[in-house]
Amino acid sequence: MPTSITGEVRFQPASDQSLLVYFGEQITLSAHERVRKLLRLFESDPIAGVRNIHPAYSSVLIDFDARKYSHDQLEEVLRAYLGRLGSLRLSEPRQMEIPTCYGGEYGPDLDDVARLHKMTPNQAVELHSSATYVVYFLGFVPGFAYLGGLPESLATPRLDSPRRNTPPGSVGITDNQTGVYPFDTPGGWRLIGRTPIAMFRPDRDNMSYLAIGDRVRFTPISAARFAALKSA
Amino acid sequence: MSFIRVESPGLLTTVQDLGRDGFGTIGVSPSGAADAISLRLGNRLVGNVESAAALEMTLLGGTFIFPEGAIVALTGSDFGAVLDDAAVAPGTSIRVRPGQTIRLGPTRSGARCYLCVQGGIAVPRFLGSASTHLLSGLGGFQGRALRKGDVLQIGPPIQPLHRTSIAPKVAEQFLRRDVLRVTRGPQADWFDESSLREFCSSTYRVGEQSNRMGIRLEGPSISQSKVTSMITEGVSLGAIQVPSGGSPIILFVEQQTTGGYPKIANVISADLHCVGQLRPRDEVRFELVTFEAARSWLIEQERMLASPESILE
Repeated sequence: MPTSITGEVRFQPASDQSLLVYFGEQITLSAHERVRKLLRLFESDPIAGVRNIHPAYSSVLIDFDARKYSHDQLEEVLRAYLGRLGSLRLSEPRQMEIPTCYGGEYGPDLDDVARLHKMTPNQAVELHSSATYVVYFLGFVPGFAYLGGLPESLATPRLDSPRRNTPPGSVGITDNQTGVYPFDTPGGWRLIGRTPIAMFRPDRDNMSYLAIGDRVRFTPISAARFAALKSA
Repeated sequence: MSFIRVESPGLLTTVQDLGRDGFGTIGVSPSGAADAISLRLGNRLVGNVESAAALEMTLLGGTFIFPEGAIVALTGSDFGAVLDDAAVAPGTSIRVRPGQTIRLGPTRSGARCYLCVQGGIAVPRFLGSASTHLLSGLGGFQGRALRKGDVLQIGPPIQPLHRTSIAPKVAEQFLRRDVLRVTRGPQADWFDESSLREFCSSTYRVGEQSNRMGIRLEGPSISQSKVTSMITEGVSLGAIQVPSGGSPIILFVEQQTTGGYPKIANVISADLHCVGQLRPRDEVRFELVTFEAARSWLIEQERMLASPESILE
């Protein structure tokens, strides 16, 4: 395969009915673009017998009907697919905004995060809300977007023991990622704020508020504004 | 339409079908019956399509009243069911007369029992499926486990029905297994060969915290030889991930769609239904097989299920 077009690709069986496609072993925007392009191809030109697709930072897991394909046979079909990635053009990413009430009961870990980085809580908020993030993919639970681009000076290890509950809309950070919990799930990320926006709503056309490839900014709002948006 | 009144829900009873495929891109895992084979056979016993929605009970069954009667079948584990006062055999179709009650007790074998009803359980579909996804509160009956007093609609019957039962040779084929067959996981080579060997020669105990998301295994901890942090990637059904603590977890039907822990192995497709029957404190072992063998067992299993002789009239 001409690497100049598709770059480095590695196939790895994950189970007897799934195959991982790796676009390199690093989190990069170029790997991310190839993940998005592959999803686009799957959408516009589905492969019979492919049941489910799990995109991630630099890989895509493909669940398939093992009665129909062996790993080698599916890999062959996919190689032809990958040859077409180079000529695909992705649409301009959407710019999305997440109004966020930082600190206090909304972000119980904000003070700790600020202390860890020897800054004031306001400086931490300023840093978090001044960056533009990329939705690398949705995963974990419905509507959970993995957002890359957290400023290095805010990079924080996860909690030693995860919380049993995180209120829906909680904005968390861990390592160099940030994200919003759509549901009340256990979670080990440090919670610095909360958004009144429902990240996943089954009665909405776009169930997930964020989509892969979106560019995202967090906008600080007051508790009063949070309450107003929440009841709107 | 006919209906079922929940007199008592049991420990954890949800509406499940064969799950929703195709929404991994928005983080939605398939969910669906933990023991899909039992659900499929149960639906065939009552004349439904294999994918119809039914009730999945866990460890302790419930009590259900059928004010207008129904044709039902119980499959999976034996929960000691009675129809009014008479014992009911699992694996056969049963005519329930109007006003009769089916009462189930604690399990006598595995973790899950399915109550399939002719016409299926009628609930609104979410992303094409009636399955309940408990963690996110989506799908099934109001996105949650059943409670006392719930009223479940039954769909219109598909076809008239003779008395049916699962063919003994098929029932035998799907008995529980204490040894689950696995293939190498995508990060199997992150572990020493000796760790992989130990994993496959040790006995693990199913932890109390196990649920539809994952089966926690207690036993010898597995150490990683390669100490690198992993980039989060998609996880497959039945993946056996090893968090830093070394205690493996089998990711199951309500699994997270992506994860950041290395996977040492993966339960083969033909044995996934057995994972759905594991109870807390059960003991289980693993046997490493090739992808080719796993695939041929799946094909053989599906051929057996598809044969008309699998259900006796």
